[in-house]
Amino acid sequence: MLATRALRLLGKRAISTSVCVRGGHGVAKIEAYTLPAYFDRRENPLPDVCYVQDLSAEQASLKEKEQGAWAALSNEEKVALYRISFKQSFAEMGEGTAEWKSVIGGVLFVVGFTGLIVMWQRKYVYGPVPHTFDPEWKAKELQRMLDMRMNPVEGLAAKWDSENKQWKK
Amino acid sequence: MFRAVFRLSSTGARCLVRSKPSISAPLASRCYSHGQVETDEEFDARWVTYFSKPDIDAWELRKGMNTLIGYDLVPEAKIVDSALRACRRLNDMASAIRILEAVKDKAGPHKEIYPYLIQELQPTLSELGISTPEQLGMDKL
Repeated sequence: MLATRALRLLGKRAISTSVCVRGGHGVAKIEAYTLPAYFDRRENPLPDVCYVQDLSAEQASLKEKEQGAWAALSNEEKVALYRISFKQSFAEMGEGTAEWKSVIGGVLFVVGFTGLIVMWQRKYVYGPVPHTFDPEWKAKELQRMLDMRMNPVEGLAAKWDSENKQWKK
Repeated sequence: MFRAVFRLSSTGARCLVRSKPSISAPLASRCYSHGQVETDEEFDARWVTYFSKPDIDAWELRKGMNTLIGYDLVPEAKIVDSALRACRRLNDMASAIRILEAVKDKAGPHKEIYPYLIQELQPTLSELGISTPEQLGMDKL
C-alpha cells in the first residue's frame, strides 16, 4: 500500500526503472532472447527487426539515398536494400535442402549396424537350434502331416498325390 | 424389388418435403451469429483506409501486412497499392518488394492472380519506382 503510494509520487513514467532501482540492483540487463527477433517466414513477411542491424558506411549512404526518388536507384542498389532488411527472399525460403539424403543414409547405416549386432548375437549368444529342425526330422514331420491328411481340401495334403507318392503337378 | 422400395421412399420423401415449409433464405442470413457479415467492399475499404493513414508508422505497416497475409485471401490491388504507398511514405523500398513477394506467395497454385495484380499495380509501380521481384531477379534462386 505504502509502496504503491510512493511509486505514484515518483510518477507513472518512471515506474519501470524505479521499481528495479528500488531493489538496489540497478536496471536489469536486457537479454538478447527477450528482444524482437528476425525470422524468415512466409506467413510473417515483415519481421519485427531488419536483418542487418549495424550498417556499414555504404549501406548507411544507401539508406540515405532511399529517402529520395526510388526510380534513381539501380537494380543492384534495390537488391542491396532488400538484403539489408531481409535475409532470404521468398524463393530462397521455400528452397528445399538436401537433408533428406543424410536422413535416409543415416537410417540405412543404423539398420545395417543393427544387422551386424543381430548376426553377432546369433553366433555368440544364442545356443543351438532344437533337434526338431534337423532335415531328417523335418522329413518325418512332413510325412506325418501327409499321412494324417492335413488340410486335405485346399492346403498341404491337397497338393500331395498319394497314389503316385509325389507332389501334384 | 428395389424399384418398389424407391417408389415408396420417393413418395415418402415428397410427403416430407411438402409438410415442411421451404426455407428459401437469402445468402446473408446464416445461423452462426446475429452479427452482420462484412462485405468484400467493406473489407477492402477498411484495409485501404488502414494503409492510407498519412502518418502510418513502421510498426503499423508491419502489423497490417502480417495480419493481411494471415487471412485466407489474396489482397485486392487497391489494398496492395495503398500498402506500397505507405512503404513510400516510410522510405522502405525493401518492404515494398517483400509485399509483392508475399502476395505472389499467397496466390499459391493460382498462377494467374499475381500477373493480374502486377498489371493493375503497374501505374503505381512506375510512379513510385518500385521494381518487381522478377525484374530484380529475386524470384529465382
